[in-house]
Amino acid sequence: MSKGTIRNFLLGDPQADRVVPPSGFTAQLTLFVSGAMAFLAVFALALSLASGRLADRWAEELARSATLRINAPADQRAAQTAAALQILRQTPGVAHARALTEEEQAALLLPWFGADLPLEDLPVPQLIEVIQDDPSYDAAGLRLRLSGEVPGAVLDDHTRWRQPLVKAANSLRRLGLVSILLIAGATAAMITLAAHAALAANRQVIEVLRLVGARDRYIAQAFVRRFTLRALIGATVGMALGVLGIFLLPEASDEGGFLTGLGFQGAGWLWPVLIPILGASVSFLATWIAARRTLGELS
Amino acid sequence: MIELENVAYNYGGGELLSDLSLKLSAGSFHFLTGPSGSGKTTFMKLCYGALLPTSGSVKVFDEDLRKLDRDQMAMLRRRVGVVHQDCRFLDHLPVADNIALPMTVSGRDPAQESENLNELLSWVGLSDRADALPPELSGGERQRAALARAVIMSPDVILADEPTGNVDWEMSQRLLQLLIELNKMGKTVMIASHDLALIRAAKSQVQARVLRISNRRLQLAGADL
Ligand SMILES: Nc1ncnc2c1ncn2[C@@H]1O[C@H](COP(=O)(O)OP(=O)(O)OP(=O)(O)O)[C@@H](O)[C@H]1O
Ligand SMILES: [Mg+2]
Repeated sequence: MSKGTIRNFLLGDPQADRVVPPSGFTAQLTLFVSGAMAFLAVFALALSLASGRLADRWAEELARSATLRINAPADQRAAQTAAALQILRQTPGVAHARALTEEEQAALLLPWFGADLPLEDLPVPQLIEVIQDDPSYDAAGLRLRLSGEVPGAVLDDHTRWRQPLVKAANSLRRLGLVSILLIAGATAAMITLAAHAALAANRQVIEVLRLVGARDRYIAQAFVRRFTLRALIGATVGMALGVLGIFLLPEASDEGGFLTGLGFQGAGWLWPVLIPILGASVSFLATWIAARRTLGELS
Repeated sequence: MIELENVAYNYGGGELLSDLSLKLSAGSFHFLTGPSGSGKTTFMKLCYGALLPTSGSVKVFDEDLRKLDRDQMAMLRRRVGVVHQDCRFLDHLPVADNIALPMTVSGRDPAQESENLNELLSWVGLSDRADALPPELSGGERQRAALARAVIMSPDVILADEPTGNVDWEMSQRLLQLLIELNKMGKTVMIASHDLALIRAAKSQVQARVLRISNRRLQLAGADL
């Protein structure tokens, strides 16, 4: 389509719009369907964005830190800890290594065992926090060296439990995207049905238009404009309601975790604007194809 | 302008029209007559491409209708004004918009040519019915509106199928005058009608040939008309 036809299409030709009689029922159906679909799309989008954020955060935060655990009898613990720290400082790719203090260890156990735990009486392993550099250290090499020099050391780089979480979050993001595609597809199907119904109901009108010299393009455009505008209006309203629903969700908080993080963040609030545009494009295409096909059959 | 060569047509049953050949030259005036059901409307439809012949060829403005695609057919229809026997209006649009429809669909803005439209409305005596919807019109008013729509693009050829079918003698005379006037402006005119009195009245004012469909064939009617 040339620039001129797009402008004509958007601004419209009021006279041309009137050549097709108004169709109350299909109009309302189209409005409702595109509104409902846009509403659903907002949630799918929010889900997808939130799980994407989550996946990124987990991948990022957890990937950068690791824990070295020293399981040694009490009398060797200090010596092994010092040896491990020595090794870590010499290892390229380790930005920082630090033994946790007793208070810090107690704080980690607090949620599980309560405040008055006599830590010194328990064989609690010493923890060393390891922060990776970029590029990171060679975990296999480090393990090998530690096993030789610090028998009680166990390196836990979190990959074991991090990966399934990141994977789950990524699947959730994909599911959200697939939902959006399905919603777009269902919208296309509904609009196609409505457009077919409108075209069939206006057979006589199409015949008269042809007799007075209307080209297929002109007739198709009269239908396409209608359905596109309706889809745009319906989807805008549905999107606005969906965004309002998201906006009314509780603030993101640590206690709520993932559930409260479902809202859009910052510029993310602009994403839903794409939904009515997508809806209008989908119904533009669906009506255009339906119209060209019907007009071809009617000749 | 319009040229038929060995045209035959059937609606799927027996042959309705056989072996028709005819040449309408520019500026000519023709009547087409014949009993009801003889195929006058069918013949007209063949002339503007609503039907394609089962054999033979129809050329309009030197273009073989069978070789035109839909867009080209649309362009051709803008140059041929047709009064359909059943008028064919869009019932949801007022009369004035229906008359302006050929302009609207060809992308011209009727508002800018409203002078033209108003003149045409008064020419067919429908100025005060411009805002009525087609179903609210009388038979004669519909036919006048159909004639106005047929000529609004100032086509080179006007094909009128029973343009006086529903009107009294006086009104049919008026419509005939309109068509004669158009012919004098150089338009090619063909009128399908079985109103012999009308044809006689026309022959006294204009050089008109009378064709008759009988026994599936086209004949030039004798001097008895
Ligand atoms: N679409 C159609 N399908 C099948 N038969 C048709 C169709 N249209 C017309 N006919 C038949 O073809 C014959 C000619 O019809 P047509 O309308 O051309 O006659 P006409 O001369 O215009 O008649 P009238 O003077 O009554 O208008 C009629 O017998 C009619 O029944
Ligand atoms: Mg007829």
